[in-house]
Amino acid sequence: MLDVIGAESLDALVAVPEAVALRGPVSVAPALAESEIAAAFERFAARTPGSTYTSFLGAGAYRHYTPPIVGALAMRGEFLTAYTPYQAEVSQGYLQAIYEWQTYIALLTGLDVANASVYDGATALAEGAIMAVNATGRKALLVSAAVHPNYRRVLRTYAEGLDLDVDEIRYAPDGTTDFANIEARLADQRYAAVIVQSPNFFGAVDAPAADVGSAMRATGTLVIGVVAEAMSLAALTPPGEWGADIAVGEAQSFGVAIAYGGPHVGFIATTASHLRRIPGRLVGRTVDKHGNPAYTLTLQAREQHIRREKATSNICTNQAHCALCATIYLAAMGATGLRDCAGHNLARTRELQARVYAVPGVAARFAAPVFNEFVVAVPGRAADVLARLRGSHILGGVDLGAFYPELADCILMTATELTTSAEIDALGIALAESIEHAATRV
Amino acid sequence: MQQLAFDTPLIFDLGQRGRANKYLPSAPPPDEFLPADMLRADLPLPDNTELDVNRHFTRLSQKTFAIDLGFYPLGSCTMKYNPRINDAMANLPALRNLHPFAPDELAQGALAIMWELERSLASLFGMAAFSLNPAAGAHAELTALLIAKAYFKKIGAAATRRTVIVPDTAHGTNPASAAMVGYRVVSLKSDSRGRVSVDEIKAAIGPDTAVCMMTNPNTLGLFEDHIKEIADAVHAAGGLMYYDGANANALMGNARPGDMGFDLMHLNLHKTFSIPHGGGGAGAGPVGVAEHLVPFLPTPVVRCNESAGAGGWEPSEGKTFGLDFDRPDAIGSMRSFWSNFAHMVRALAYVYANGFAGLTMVSKLAVLNANYIRASINDIIDTPYDENCRHEFVASAQALKRETGVRALDIGKALLDRGYHAPTVYFPLLVPECLMIEPTETESKETLDAFIADFRAIIATARIAPEAIMEAPVNTVVGRIDETRAARHPDLRWHPPTAAAAG
Repeated sequence: MLDVIGAESLDALVAVPEAVALRGPVSVAPALAESEIAAAFERFAARTPGSTYTSFLGAGAYRHYTPPIVGALAMRGEFLTAYTPYQAEVSQGYLQAIYEWQTYIALLTGLDVANASVYDGATALAEGAIMAVNATGRKALLVSAAVHPNYRRVLRTYAEGLDLDVDEIRYAPDGTTDFANIEARLADQRYAAVIVQSPNFFGAVDAPAADVGSAMRATGTLVIGVVAEAMSLAALTPPGEWGADIAVGEAQSFGVAIAYGGPHVGFIATTASHLRRIPGRLVGRTVDKHGNPAYTLTLQAREQHIRREKATSNICTNQAHCALCATIYLAAMGATGLRDCAGHNLARTRELQARVYAVPGVAARFAAPVFNEFVVAVPGRAADVLARLRGSHILGGVDLGAFYPELADCILMTATELTTSAEIDALGIALAESIEHAATRV
Repeated sequence: MQQLAFDTPLIFDLGQRGRANKYLPSAPPPDEFLPADMLRADLPLPDNTELDVNRHFTRLSQKTFAIDLGFYPLGSCTMKYNPRINDAMANLPALRNLHPFAPDELAQGALAIMWELERSLASLFGMAAFSLNPAAGAHAELTALLIAKAYFKKIGAAATRRTVIVPDTAHGTNPASAAMVGYRVVSLKSDSRGRVSVDEIKAAIGPDTAVCMMTNPNTLGLFEDHIKEIADAVHAAGGLMYYDGANANALMGNARPGDMGFDLMHLNLHKTFSIPHGGGGAGAGPVGVAEHLVPFLPTPVVRCNESAGAGGWEPSEGKTFGLDFDRPDAIGSMRSFWSNFAHMVRALAYVYANGFAGLTMVSKLAVLNANYIRASINDIIDTPYDENCRHEFVASAQALKRETGVRALDIGKALLDRGYHAPTVYFPLLVPECLMIEPTETESKETLDAFIADFRAIIATARIAPEAIMEAPVNTVVGRIDETRAARHPDLRWHPPTAAAAG
């Protein structure tokens, strides 16, 4: 091969000028045979007992039952090792699957169109907010304090780049967004969008009432509905029906592994009027030169590789493989399976609420109706209670004090269809012991 | 390549009510738990038997080209083989099922994986530290420019440092990312050698320069041999140097962006570190920074309690780790959770499979394979910058088009018929009728020889029967697509039949 090239040696071929030659020792993980790699990762796994604990964690990443058919199909090499379907003639299968994903998301959110997916729920929110800024020409956003704190942090990070102001609406005593003075706050028409999450970070169903929605629209402010738990879409009124112009969210619940936070899959859906502001890839159905139905990436004039600095976003990838998992999951579960799943989430959560509220000293923090998570107030610091629960191999939930200093005595607890009565009972017992233990130490 | 032309109606046209699979026990309806005004009236999704679902997606997979089926000479995309050990490790239940809010003390193995990878990348590319936060290459560019913006704000220069310099060979994401942090883009022309000229860059930089975004080797596959002088000039003007890591497969182990003077960089782990592209994502785009930019990295950062890690990778056994959110100068966070962790597992497995010597050989063989193809076809097609290239090279079909009417696009489509993915075409923009070819190191000489023979046959056919090439592809499940119709009449979803039509 070197002869064909006319090169003296491999080293000559890759030589760089002396001024930029590699300097200093390099230390990377050592070379291992494959069997040794497997053993090394088994040791990493053994140092990661968290996934074996009884868990009531949710807060944007949910444990749901995934039928094995999802992995069996998604891990086919044709899907796993395909490139982005720019060459449509040899990518019809993947393109059709993404078209089906777009349809599922549009149907679930009650909106007209959805894109081919974005990185995750938080980036979907940031991209949706930029859509609203571009649509209205306004440079400020108003976000509910009951939107996932990580999502709000990402929104603020993106806003710093674009010099946008981000203001917050406080939450009401019942755990929903306090829309009491919303008309006055929107009167000066400064905000591109109001951002509301439902179910919100506290688990509460938080879709604004019809009159609140009308008040927002009267000021020309768009409404962005955030969905961090996509399973709720199987039961709750979808964003498109409660008045959101843009729905953004996270579809990890649809058959995508939790995997310590990623990759997950974000979605953006909107009304037909905002179609050309939607960022990222879109798959369209058209015909080939023989007139046969065919799929292709379309409306690429919005995208960075054509428009460069004038693009709707810099986003290039979508989360195609995670979106594929979700599409297969939705196809396999069907409406009947999803409804059953949502029903179990509602039922298990109420069983969990009843059990923990029966523990002396534990109380509901908010009164608003919830989907599959809720906030409990405990005596003392939530962090201490959770640490003691770990002694019983239980991850009792998320310490809200980490995000809301005023809720340092509160735990966000989640139950799904996989939560068993035995687990709920074990938590109840451990929680009672934990609180008794704390009381006797005082 | 002949694909089986199965009919694949939409999943929505297949299903019927009453064909549900029994994945879960029956549940009470939602209206037992919530008032009706909070609930949706209907859920218009089909029920399908598992067999129908299985056959549907299996058939769709058969209409999808992939690395497992054939060769991708796809410039700038580094479509190397994806070893299955990586996926097996990412699917270990302890890692796959770990919740991001699991306390650090119960996630030590996962944190150790992130730390070992981060330390390896930092040492391999000569940076002080990496953030594993960003989800993809473009996301990483945005992250890096936000870091630059925060840095200039910290030193009181945010108001003046407003421009980003981008060569014409840059990826389209570079200017788009710059626009997302409010930077003005100054475009820079390449010289006759296909490089950024030192004179040109000196004329472009000034007190307003925030960042110069470059890749090396550049998208022509050429090493920017004056990179040190360019970096020195940008630094002298007070600007920062950014390395777009899309082409890192060309120099990994043989040279380091840090040694060239880059202050910021990203890697596309889905390119260089053998993570499957999955049909367009998920990717992963760690961002590396020099020492003075470490405080601005997004949170969380993986902290080792027993080592500063300044010397690169160390064994993680016996050490303890935590996620550090308490970093006052951090730009914030770029995503919902900490990283595309499953990809961190895959990337570290790849580092383990190669070690330093192996990773160095990866880039050497990538360069060898690219030059072998270049030297085997440059007698029949123009290669505008005909010198030894790095991991990729560009050819131009301009002369061929003039003589025969056959364009770069047509050559790409003719390759589809012969069982290859098309090369990247019409990029970079400065080469007319551009074909950009990157074979990667994982392809054998036999595969390269077969590709060369097919490529030569296509060019020979183009000269005697150009219409045959312009008709391509004919062996695929559909012919060329009516893109204009797709854009003019967007059909982006299926619609349920109206009540009347459904009867």
